[in-house]
Amino acid sequence: MIKVEDLRKTYRAGLVEVPALRGVSFEVERGEYVAIVGPSGSGKSTLMHLLGCLDVPSGGRYMLDGVEVSTLGEDELARVRNRKIGFVFQGFHLLPRLTALENVELPLVYRGVDANTRREKAVRALEMVGLGARVQHYPNELSGGEQQRVAIARAMVGEPILLLADEPTGNLDSRTGAEVLDLFQRINDAGCTVVMVTHDMTAASRAKRLLKIRDGVLEGDERV
Amino acid sequence: MDFATTVKMGLKAILSNKLRSALTILGVTIGVAAVIGVVAVAQGSQRQVTSQIESLGTYLLTVSIRGRGADRVLTYDEVMELTAGIDGIAGVSPVVTGSATAKYGTHKYDCSLLGVNEQYAIVRDMKPERGRFFTQVDISTRQKVALLGQNVVTELFGLSDPLGKEIKLNGQTFVVIGVLAARGGGLAGSEDDQVLIPVTSAERLMGRRGVSTFYIKGQDKESVGQISAAVSNRLYRRFRDEEAYRIFDQTQMLQTVTNISQTLTLMLASIAFISLVVGGIGIMNIMLVSVVERTKEIGLRKAIGATRRDIMRQFLFESTMLSGIGGVVGIITGTILARGIASAIKVPAIFPWAGAGIALGLALAVGIGFGIYPARRAANLQPIEALRTE
Repeated sequence: MIKVEDLRKTYRAGLVEVPALRGVSFEVERGEYVAIVGPSGSGKSTLMHLLGCLDVPSGGRYMLDGVEVSTLGEDELARVRNRKIGFVFQGFHLLPRLTALENVELPLVYRGVDANTRREKAVRALEMVGLGARVQHYPNELSGGEQQRVAIARAMVGEPILLLADEPTGNLDSRTGAEVLDLFQRINDAGCTVVMVTHDMTAASRAKRLLKIRDGVLEGDERV
Repeated sequence: MDFATTVKMGLKAILSNKLRSALTILGVTIGVAAVIGVVAVAQGSQRQVTSQIESLGTYLLTVSIRGRGADRVLTYDEVMELTAGIDGIAGVSPVVTGSATAKYGTHKYDCSLLGVNEQYAIVRDMKPERGRFFTQVDISTRQKVALLGQNVVTELFGLSDPLGKEIKLNGQTFVVIGVLAARGGGLAGSEDDQVLIPVTSAERLMGRRGVSTFYIKGQDKESVGQISAAVSNRLYRRFRDEEAYRIFDQTQMLQTVTNISQTLTLMLASIAFISLVVGGIGIMNIMLVSVVERTKEIGLRKAIGATRRDIMRQFLFESTMLSGIGGVVGIITGTILARGIASAIKVPAIFPWAGAGIALGLALAVGIGFGIYPARRAANLQPIEALRTE
């Protein structure tokens, strides 16, 4: 489902070119649970952004669900992000002025789904993450673990084929972190491909495959 | 994105920073209120001036004689000869003006005194409410008779009937033969304060000889021009100097006044419009701040699928909403303002419907115009860079 060939990304810092990814190739099948690990500065976040279509590669090819993504325009990338990918970030990134429900509805708003269907789906997604009783709460009324679960509901509400998580447990204590990882497990069991970037080995150990990155190249590919 | 959601999100964003939004809206409100207020008062005063000019009567020519050297006035007979035989004249009347103290018994009233002839009633569309107007005989035999304006009647006679009573004008006795209908304000004071007497008697009473102003009324619009030319011709033959007389065409004057006041209105409205532009700059300023503050939000929205268009629309809608609210509040305050100013300077305020529409349209245009740059800036943010901002 994901096919990456010689993927490269170079950032410019003034006149100096900084290579973040120096030719990475791998494939991920539908339904896999992959953790991308590596020390900070290894390029794993860059890889994550490329996989999430948040950034475009400087070279190489990236096929997502049979579509060559690296050649798509800005609006088409937005469409891919909206329909095929769900994001979970370290910092939750919930909009503070919106309720949990409205936050979860957001991807469907940009998809053009009508209000009733939106609401129905969002409530269901929140129930799935165990927050059915918190739909009208604002993010600042929720604990960190709850906020991250709202974020997961938001990621899953559009039924994406790929869940991308960037250090999802980074801002959580170990107990709530474990709850989040349990959720990922359930999502993966339901057939959704999960790709997680982390340097937390407890989190990484929950995945079924480890991609190790160092200095912008793939250093190891282990299946557990 | 559907419109209802856009509105809801826009409102939430505006309400999330109430003071800031209110101040931004205030900027537009002041701009729109200034435009509306200025236009309303200007149109009101324009209408007042035109109605005053119109109250002189239609198809009216006013001839002023300045004279040449010692030859400064025309005699009454000269005036009548001068205008005799010209086609299209409905009436001619000299006006000799002065002031007098009118006395009846112990009551006294300072009024303006007008010496006119029997045609003055036609020339100024002035019918006596009671009694009769002057006749040609009154004029030629210098009768000491008078017609009184409403205020004069009230002051001298109260509720009793003035007809046939004798009053003293600067000490001379006149018989009241009629009461003029109420007219209200004119360009030179209220016409209800006037006392009319035959021009021939007026010359004696005021110790002045000759006429320096007279009115000619035409039968219709076309004749006014011809009369003006003919009279001008004859006056030139009389004085041999174009500077010796001046003929005012009331219609022309009306035109001139209308033109001037329209230009003034436009000019004042343009000045007021500047404050609307300043209000627009306020919107732009606040939207730029808002884009910076909400970088993370924009990044997140883009990450979950918002297109450039979606972001652009969201921010444009917010700025338009700010200016739209400002516009509506501005129209309301502008109307109140106009009423206040109008009643203070005693002119009618005319609510400019077209002006209100234009001002609201301009306000919205300002919101869109000054919102485009910040909105484009928001739309151009890259999702990862926006998300990285903490």
